Amino acid sequence: MAVLVIADHDGSVLNETTLKTLSAAQAIGGDIDVLVVGDDASAVAQAAAKVAGVRKVLTASSPALGKMVAEAVADAVLPLAGGYDVILSPATSAGKNFIPRLAARMDVSPIIDIIEVVSADTFVRPIYAGNALETVQSTGGKIVATVRPTAFKAVAADGGSASVEAADAGHADGREAKFVSEEVVKSDRPELGAAKIVVSGGRAMGSAEEFHRVMDPLADKLGAAVGASRAAVDAGYAPNDYQVGQTGKVVAPDLYIAIGISGAIQHLAGMKDSKVIVAINKDADAPIFQIADYGLVADYKTAVPELMTALG
Amino acid sequence: MKVLVPVKRVIDYNVKARVKPDQTGVDLANVKMSMNPFDEIAVEEAVRLKEKGIATEIVAVSIGPQQAQETIRTALAMGADRGILIVCDTDPEPLAIAKLLKAVAGEESPNLILMGKQAIDGDNNATGQMLAALLDWPQATFASKLEVSGESASVTREVDGGLQVLEVSLPAVVTADLRLNEPRYASLPNIMKAKKKPIDMKTAADYGVDVAAKLKVLKVTEPPKRGGGIKVADVADLVSKLKNEAGVI
Repeated sequence: MAVLVIADHDGSVLNETTLKTLSAAQAIGGDIDVLVVGDDASAVAQAAAKVAGVRKVLTASSPALGKMVAEAVADAVLPLAGGYDVILSPATSAGKNFIPRLAARMDVSPIIDIIEVVSADTFVRPIYAGNALETVQSTGGKIVATVRPTAFKAVAADGGSASVEAADAGHADGREAKFVSEEVVKSDRPELGAAKIVVSGGRAMGSAEEFHRVMDPLADKLGAAVGASRAAVDAGYAPNDYQVGQTGKVVAPDLYIAIGISGAIQHLAGMKDSKVIVAINKDADAPIFQIADYGLVADYKTAVPELMTALG
Repeated sequence: MKVLVPVKRVIDYNVKARVKPDQTGVDLANVKMSMNPFDEIAVEEAVRLKEKGIATEIVAVSIGPQQAQETIRTALAMGADRGILIVCDTDPEPLAIAKLLKAVAGEESPNLILMGKQAIDGDNNATGQMLAALLDWPQATFASKLEVSGESASVTREVDGGLQVLEVSLPAVVTADLRLNEPRYASLPNIMKAKKKPIDMKTAADYGVDVAAKLKVLKVTEPPKRGGGIKVADVADLVSKLKNEAGVI
């Protein structure tokens, strides 16, 4: 058995999502290699080589790979696919984009969003916004899958000494999507998917100004990341990458504080695996209270300032 | 320019899915079914392209049971011109759906395939990407903005960390995210008109596609339930519990 994990990184740092995906790879078993695709991401390759349990690190480099353009990533992975039984990527927006493309070119049905490895060919994944869990078994052939990082513990980032080899970056045929530009939201706060504490705001905030006035200082006081409900993002109160839910980010922090969020099924799908959930909402019947460990029926306008004071 | 819009009949967005006691799947008997919300956004975008004079014909295609005709009628009432239903009593995997759609694209030669980024039942978020791969077309997934000009399209995508703009040459596959647009409600006259629009009835065999599953679903279970929580009296109580009971701050 040989497993290839496609690394998630920002060009210089190996993201924790990769370490969590490696944990799923270890549960499957066998030799584990890491492929770092990017635009000269040699620092990432060096970091991957130090991870415990990695046999070999492969690198593929081109400008399109630096932006994780799906066509380019599939082209880079395909020539390597023959040497592996299992190919995994964390379920990031990039992974969700290229893994199905790669799978189709291999004539494989991908297994999306693995949350548990039952055995080397059997996995659990959420369906219906997490209201049901499906246990699926591969019926032979290769396995191509995405792994939900929040469902796995990270492997140790050191202790290994794998070799680093350059692989063929593949040959684009000119038909691929071309990267034009990006708008990356810069923040000093922890990354939403990896934060220990997340504070999320909902539609109750009423405006973008109010959202940031209320949520930002609270997040800074707690060292938390800021999230939002779909309603708050749709209304323009918060940027799209704040969205927590079925189709946004899935988070599982130690503490999740939902403020002015009613708790639609689709939002719960993105945060119900948090260790401790706090809900602050003035509507005592809001569905969020059904899954909250600690519910406070109160208007956020008074509760959040009190909370700021109480936290000192 | 011809636009192909695949649409799926799924459990209604507002209905909570319940697992069958025998663990074979989710109980869909007597449950309200609707068009997958992301597909609705894709139909709306296609109709807007037609209203701008960019698209000339919109073909809605569905793969599913006979009742998926209703889903196609919804698309027709929103502004699609005609429909194709590939009747299929099982729920094929994204790979098989992509193969069927590839065959449809082969017959229809669309310039653009606009579809939802994921269906809210299987939550795979895979069919668009797989279809683009099989057709060897470029893909632009999770679109929040689409601008078509001549032989190419500029697509703004919602990605981790913010937004990304890609340029794709047509034909291409674009998958819709939530904020691409807000779908319209079909007017009564348009609902009436939609009843007269043609729907071609097909089967998977017509396209020579094998829809047999490659993955075996061993069981479908309920997720673990969270233990019941408590209501706290006030902020002081909350902070004390978070510090002393939960130990998370």
